Amino acid sequence: MFGWQGKILKIDLSSKKYHILTPDISILQKYIGGKGLAGYYLKDYITLNWHDPDMPLILLTGPLVNTLSPTSGRMTVMSKSPLTGTIGDSSVGGSFGFSLKKAGFDGIIITGKSFNLCGIEINDDNIKFTDALSLKGLKTNEINNLIKNKGSTAVVGPAAENGVLFSNIVIDNHYFAGRNGLGLLFPSKGLKYITVKGTGKTKTYDKESLKKARQDIFRLTFASPVLMGELGISNFGTAALYDLIDNRRMMPTDNFRKTRFNNACLMNAYTYKKKFNPKKGGCLGCHILCKYITEDGLSIPEFETMSHFSALINNNNISVVMEANKICNEIGMDTISAGATIACYIEISNKKLSGSDITSLLKKIGYAKGIGNELGKGAFRFAESKGKPESAITVKKMELPAYDPRGALGMALAYATSTRGGCHLRSYPISHEILRKPVSTDRFTFKGKARIIKIQEDLNAIIDSLTACKFIFFAASLEEFSKVYTSVTGIESSAQDLLKAGERIYYNEKIMNSLNGFTKKDDDLPSCFFKYPGTSGNNIDIPPIRRTEFIKTLENYYKIRGIDINGMPTKEKARELELE
Amino acid sequence: MKKLIEKYNDKLFNHGLTEKDAPLIGTLDAEIIWNKTNKTTNILEKLFKTLNINSIIFSEPAEPYRTIIEYLTKTSNEVIYPEDCETRTFLHELPCTKDFNIQTIANILKERKSLIIPGHGIITFGTVSPEQAFVTFSSVCFAIYVKFFSDYLEHKKHKIISNEEKKTFNKVASMINPYPVFSFSLMQGPFNKKKVYKAMDEAGKIIVKSRLVDSYFGNISYLIDNIIYISQTGSSLDELSGYIDPCPIDNSSCAGITASSELSAHKQIYLDTENRAILHGHPKFSVILSMDCDQRDICKYKNQCHIKCPYGRFVNDIPIVPGEVGTGPYGLYKTMPPAIKGKRGVIVYGHGVFTACKKDFNEAFKNLLSIEKMCKQEYFRRTNI
Repeated sequence: MFGWQGKILKIDLSSKKYHILTPDISILQKYIGGKGLAGYYLKDYITLNWHDPDMPLILLTGPLVNTLSPTSGRMTVMSKSPLTGTIGDSSVGGSFGFSLKKAGFDGIIITGKSFNLCGIEINDDNIKFTDALSLKGLKTNEINNLIKNKGSTAVVGPAAENGVLFSNIVIDNHYFAGRNGLGLLFPSKGLKYITVKGTGKTKTYDKESLKKARQDIFRLTFASPVLMGELGISNFGTAALYDLIDNRRMMPTDNFRKTRFNNACLMNAYTYKKKFNPKKGGCLGCHILCKYITEDGLSIPEFETMSHFSALINNNNISVVMEANKICNEIGMDTISAGATIACYIEISNKKLSGSDITSLLKKIGYAKGIGNELGKGAFRFAESKGKPESAITVKKMELPAYDPRGALGMALAYATSTRGGCHLRSYPISHEILRKPVSTDRFTFKGKARIIKIQEDLNAIIDSLTACKFIFFAASLEEFSKVYTSVTGIESSAQDLLKAGERIYYNEKIMNSLNGFTKKDDDLPSCFFKYPGTSGNNIDIPPIRRTEFIKTLENYYKIRGIDINGMPTKEKARELELE
Repeated sequence: MKKLIEKYNDKLFNHGLTEKDAPLIGTLDAEIIWNKTNKTTNILEKLFKTLNINSIIFSEPAEPYRTIIEYLTKTSNEVIYPEDCETRTFLHELPCTKDFNIQTIANILKERKSLIIPGHGIITFGTVSPEQAFVTFSSVCFAIYVKFFSDYLEHKKHKIISNEEKKTFNKVASMINPYPVFSFSLMQGPFNKKKVYKAMDEAGKIIVKSRLVDSYFGNISYLIDNIIYISQTGSSLDELSGYIDPCPIDNSSCAGITASSELSAHKQIYLDTENRAILHGHPKFSVILSMDCDQRDICKYKNQCHIKCPYGRFVNDIPIVPGEVGTGPYGLYKTMPPAIKGKRGVIVYGHGVFTACKKDFNEAFKNLLSIEKMCKQEYFRRTNI
């Protein structure tokens, strides 16, 4: 078999036994890998509680991982989301996916629950279960230091142990499977860490053809200002977006009550670079390298983190942003949800927080102390418990990231239709509404956006299944990546064939959500975006979103997606996509 | 979407790419909208059902592209392989078919952005906007034009011109419009922060009007007080209003992350010279002539001319340098800025021309135009061997 290893390690932690699944090639072709294949394995269990021992925790790579394919170092983590109750997944970088393939596996599926806290150590085909009780309560960086010689690492920190609903899984100390609270799946299975090391290779069908496709993609990425330009993410990390989003007056400020942060120009990527002098790094198999790490081993915050720990909570001190980021990473919490939940708390309590208040509050959340115990349930549940649901800026109970939807109406629709709640990455319309790729679209209109969002959702679903990095698609397209896929696997394919697989994969997620009772009423935005304007100025008007247009566009999206007027998948469409 | 359809219908004509109102342009959101309907739209609608796309342009190109396509498709089997930068970077190759059958068309468009059907036209599509389809349509026309004239010169040198090629060449050459005479003045510099946008907008429009750049390529910048004002990536030079990024030369703001992919090249010119205005266009005969090399058959870097050409080549006083778009290991930001010092301009192999000057865009435009005129004249001198 080329591309795939053809083996998935299935572990039952109750019995500490494992066996190997060997999916048929027809299943691999249909669901590809990563997100797609994980969805295939999750579907039968999706109506269980997330903490049910039978609920699978799935880590899956794709056929391109551990090959010469550009940006092929990623994998998907998937289960049911403790935060949202939807399908929960996260594409994560680092070297775990590479190592898993080297060990001879396309992925791991974990069920059951260990009686004692344990670790899983994979060294090629040698699978070992260890006692991890001594690691209980340790921070993710502390655990990583103890086990990093055993290979690539996946660990959870105190936040997961203490029930924080937006807990992360931390990969190789600097990469995070975040957003949906998947970190909680580790303690629910009595699991503290996984390490993986391997010596094998992934077979490529046609190396010469792969080299040619790789060169075509490299040429495109080097021509991309967003990726490799002087001001692009290769030179500044995703923090490079900070100035632009401020400039476009769509930076969520004061819990989304404003869209302009006056101190933004003093807290931008250049300031971080100058002050902390970080070194460039990144995921294995990537030439873009957008991760920046200081000499002390601290990550420079990603754009979302920078924005939410400054503008959203009205903090003017970048050292506090760095410290907040450090705390979240070490305790194992999602920075977007943490920042947004604190913003919600500030609004409800009507308090102004100092830098030390912010960092202290984050620790309280991670260790479930005092008010932190309430905030660890996320903004939605906290605001509801205080009788102020309008203060939670969430979709499907997940906190929104750092793009105000009033400044990009495609983003407004994409937040609403995302299968994992308020997420920017399912469709990422910022690419065309703000970054001009593949071409620019009018960010202040819904016209044409229903179909664009649907197509981009399908695209990102296939990217997360291959598994590649979404960023590289600011430059390349499936036209080039279908050549990579065919070169690696030997399976004839085209851009449109892959896009069709992406459509199937995304629809499968819609079906899973519908099985858990999600309907049209959940595909909505917080009411503030329809009632209040953003911060207009500098010849840019940021009006409230017109609800009638939003609803009309959502209905168009349903029609295009093959969903009924109630937001429910249909048997006809499922059959067409071979999902029955 | 109707406005976008009208916009690109007009642009195709105004850029000399199609006859007036010849294109069929369709967009699909929840419903399909066409600029007009006929029996072909019924066929093309099936493409929307087969492909995950949101827009289609289908049209016979205007002359001389039509004649060039008829000739190239006769002699290139099912794929045309132009060697210019736009094709190499963005299109890869140009598939063709003589079969106006929806399944054949869909199968080819599943893999590539465009399809040439001789006798019928060019089909292109977008997944986000009809702008993508327009850009591809324009790039295809540019690529086949450059390939036709490049091939003719090469064949002429090797004395392998067929009668049909000669006949086609004569026909196409007779259809080339003369370049305009630059008898007017653009805004006078130096510019301040208020005036620079208008000056750039004016210069961008004149480059497009003079056909010194096709589709959405090319770029333009001006330096004031250590801030580079530069056109955004993928912006159309005749629509620059609102699409100019101010980029501090010390990179102290990343707001210009959407700036042209040639920002680094422009910056290097400003750092190395006293220039403060830069124009970059894709004039066709400059591009064609840059690829004409007597050493091609014996060079150890054959087929890598665009990145490794070892010869210091010139067209008269204008240097030709290798280099790719952007900031890669073979990026033109390394080769072009050193070459432009003390010169009227530089031609980048298979790509386009950069000109720079100290005060405003007058001299830069004059040089861009005169370099192209010179190259055209030189091309026809060489073809009369």
